[in-house]
Amino acid sequence: MIAVSDFRFGVIIFPGTSCGQDVVHAIRHLGFDADYVWHADSSLDGFDAVVIPSGASYGNYLRSGAIASHSPIMEAVKDYAELGKPVLGISNGFQILTEAGLLPGEMLQNKSVKYVSKSVQISVQNNSCQWLDIAPGTELTLPISHGFGSFYVDQDTLKEMEANGQIVLCYAQCDCAAADQEDASCSLDSIAAVSNRQGNVLGMMPYPERVTDGIAGTDGGAFFSAIVKHIKEVA
Amino acid sequence: MNNTVMIPPAVSESIHTLDSEIAPPLAVELGLTLDEYAEIEKIQGRVPSLTELYIYSLMWSEHCGYKHSRGQLKKFPTTGAHVLQGPGENAGVISVGDGWAVAFKMESHNHPSAIEPFEGAATGVGGCVRDIFTMGARPIASLNSMRFGTLDKPRQRYLLEGAVAGISYYGNSIGVPSVGGEVFFEETYDGNCLINAMAVGLMREDQLTRAVGSGPGNLAVVLGSTTGRDGIGGASILASQEFAEAAEDQRPAVQVGDPFMEKLLIEACLELLDAKLLVAMSDLGAAGVSCAASEMASRGGVGIDIDVRKVPRRESGMQPFEVMVSESQERMLAIVTPENWPQVKEICDRWGVPATVCGEITDTGRFVVRDTELSDDPIQQIVADMPAEMLANSAPLYDPPASRPAYMDELAAFDIYSVEHPEGVDAVSDVFLKLLGSPNIASRAWIYQQFDQQTRNNTVVLPGADAAVVRLGDTGHGELSNRGIAMTTDCNGRYCYLDPYLGAQIAFAEAARNLACVGAEPAAITDCLNFGSPEKPEVYYTFIRSIDGLADICRDFGVPVVSGNVSFYNESQGSAIYPTPTIGMVGLVEDINVICTPGFKAAGDAIILIGETADELGGSEYLKVTHDLVAGALPRLDLDLEKDVQQACRQAVRRGLLQSAHDLSEGGLAIAIAESAIAGKLGANIVIDDDLPIVASLFAESQSRILVSVSEAKVEQFIDLLAELNVPYSLLGEVGSEKLTISNADGAILEADLDIITDVFDGSLERLVTSTEGF
Repeated sequence: MIAVSDFRFGVIIFPGTSCGQDVVHAIRHLGFDADYVWHADSSLDGFDAVVIPSGASYGNYLRSGAIASHSPIMEAVKDYAELGKPVLGISNGFQILTEAGLLPGEMLQNKSVKYVSKSVQISVQNNSCQWLDIAPGTELTLPISHGFGSFYVDQDTLKEMEANGQIVLCYAQCDCAAADQEDASCSLDSIAAVSNRQGNVLGMMPYPERVTDGIAGTDGGAFFSAIVKHIKEVA
Repeated sequence: MNNTVMIPPAVSESIHTLDSEIAPPLAVELGLTLDEYAEIEKIQGRVPSLTELYIYSLMWSEHCGYKHSRGQLKKFPTTGAHVLQGPGENAGVISVGDGWAVAFKMESHNHPSAIEPFEGAATGVGGCVRDIFTMGARPIASLNSMRFGTLDKPRQRYLLEGAVAGISYYGNSIGVPSVGGEVFFEETYDGNCLINAMAVGLMREDQLTRAVGSGPGNLAVVLGSTTGRDGIGGASILASQEFAEAAEDQRPAVQVGDPFMEKLLIEACLELLDAKLLVAMSDLGAAGVSCAASEMASRGGVGIDIDVRKVPRRESGMQPFEVMVSESQERMLAIVTPENWPQVKEICDRWGVPATVCGEITDTGRFVVRDTELSDDPIQQIVADMPAEMLANSAPLYDPPASRPAYMDELAAFDIYSVEHPEGVDAVSDVFLKLLGSPNIASRAWIYQQFDQQTRNNTVVLPGADAAVVRLGDTGHGELSNRGIAMTTDCNGRYCYLDPYLGAQIAFAEAARNLACVGAEPAAITDCLNFGSPEKPEVYYTFIRSIDGLADICRDFGVPVVSGNVSFYNESQGSAIYPTPTIGMVGLVEDINVICTPGFKAAGDAIILIGETADELGGSEYLKVTHDLVAGALPRLDLDLEKDVQQACRQAVRRGLLQSAHDLSEGGLAIAIAESAIAGKLGANIVIDDDLPIVASLFAESQSRILVSVSEAKVEQFIDLLAELNVPYSLLGEVGSEKLTISNADGAILEADLDIITDVFDGSLERLVTSTEGF
């Protein structure tokens, strides 16, 4: 059994990553341990979970997340995820995970063709992934901040993902909240977070670390707490 | 020139000078006057070389040399208990308590943005942010103050969209939250938009680094991007002359930004400074290496040698002068001891920041430029040899004639009641909705939602309030602080046009009032003084009067000016913009848990107006919107009353007596009530008891007023406080319902549904920007 304060998150820093400190601060605020991992490193030994924070890794040049996904540390992240260990990608981190093939789909430019930064209502669709134990239907208030946040997969993959419970969060103000029983899933435009099939890798567009210590809300702490609880239970 | 100043002897006696016939006309072509050229010959003791003349022309441009403003800027108070660094450095620095210090600065990027809004605005953010981390501070917030022409013109919508996208792209990429700012639309800015960026950084007091070169033998290192022909004479030339009609031709003079390199530079430079590996550092801004090198040498009383051949270039065939004056972005000049160089190089390599030794500090007092490919003989390599001190500090100082523009008296005498005003509740309500949807009043969410406002996780009060509040928070050094700083920018150009002295004072007063609304105490200001051509007596008059107004109110409030920027020649087709002396104010918040925001909080709370409304519609948004008029006498400003009102509000916030506080500004009382209602999603029932004309009660822009709401249990305590401070107030009504109703003794004078006013306020700006009118 791992003592809570011994639970150690690794927070990966790429050139251009700007939210690493925010994530470390949020994790430490919750009473867990966190340390930075440099993109050029190749080992994740000693970490109980890994977070890829947001910020414009490599300036988002070429394509958001594309260059970072080829960093040495991403080989380690792939191995780590394959072992079933927990990985969370936030915003640009989500984009890096799709580019690295650890999550299905890809991110297109916002329909508005503009960057968007604001607080939104997010509804929990499925809590079978390791990073969330809040009941489906619950609404959270979380900030988003991205220019390329329109999730896209082909219809077959989408159906598969829905069947596997991989659609984790949706924007509540989209039609999905009013969808009928048979198709209680999100349309593509409203997907805010997806997991891999095993549920250990989660990519989310909202920034949970910004609403953890109370400065702008507290709804984000649940993601970090959930993974600690999950790992403790299986340990 | 002061003859007592000793000019250090030249290093080279055999420099290749220009032909004495060619040099004077070339100087004129480069923007110098013949008198200025003669002064250069005198300082050099000979005809200058080509490289020297180029460097002088930029260092002595208005933008770098402050030729028309230096004399006036001396009027500002620049010292105070908080001040650690006043004007003259890359940014001002104030102490904010517990050993923390805040560096801040505002800078214009008007001319580049008017030509290419995206890159112009983006690099404006980049340059200002570099000024902050140059001082050793981590950038923690940015603000922007923008002025455009009216949005009925497609070009103005293009400029707004481009500038906002540029700020969004750059600011979001470097991970610095955009927490506030302002935007104003008026015909006067049609041909010359204003983009002023403000950046704020945090450091420990002992991390303060100054750009003072010292230690002969120390290395001069260029960090960051390569040097190209982009932006040659960008800031300095563009910002030092009026716009020609063919502004598009000047696009190549606009710099192009690389926010990724900026982000890497921030991290690398802060690590270098943290490890105490640098002697000094300066960013490369206007006039590039020339400005940074000569200023650093001059501040330290030393000389500096630069080898242009070693400066990494992004294109071939560049002349030495091009390398020396290029304004390629994302570059720094650092002074490093030879012993520390290997460690410096290692840290830069780790961050992927190119670092190249390009020269060294000398004891000659001369700024020497070499091209080592010219010759093997060190003396023959010299292409420029100038006294650093004279180059940096001896730009001519002008005191041009100033004359009071005739329009001022005429407009001040305008009788507001000589034009028609709405009568009856329907007509008044219509005007109110028109005002609420005016682009100068409507919500700026369409703009600020394109900016990351929360990165760094310390933003306590987001854009849309009177002032932004940012927690000092986790500084990356393992310390946490609940202290905060409040920031705001302000200037009503219309007011400054009608009365530059009072207009500048009102800009300051309103900025301070904005801080009082969140509970903060003003600490210091930065300014960005945007004016037309100083060579026009009527423009120069407005410049002097604005400075006088600002200097006087700064003294009165005990708030110093610690940094700033002057932008002249904001003209197009021969006509100057309104005088726009923008203030960026920083204040202190003791505890970020004890603050206030503008939105109403609970139905039943009492709504109270601190201060008094007078019949003052001169220069108001109301007059502009209803009659397209910019006229009348400005609202009065009683400095003692202003201070008392602010003190009352600040104390009430700190004692936890207020539910909401909101400054009254453009649009007056009716708009302030609406804004508090919309922000709080609660209506209000107001009864006005005064003997003013209805339009004055509702829309006058009288100063020294703050709208607050107070829970019933605290009303008595709050009123006692106001009485104690002898501050006038009136009880207006209470928060509640889904309607906004304002009545006087004769019945309702304004009625509107909360849903409708919310839609008008929230949606107007986007509707205007996305309109296809005018194509």
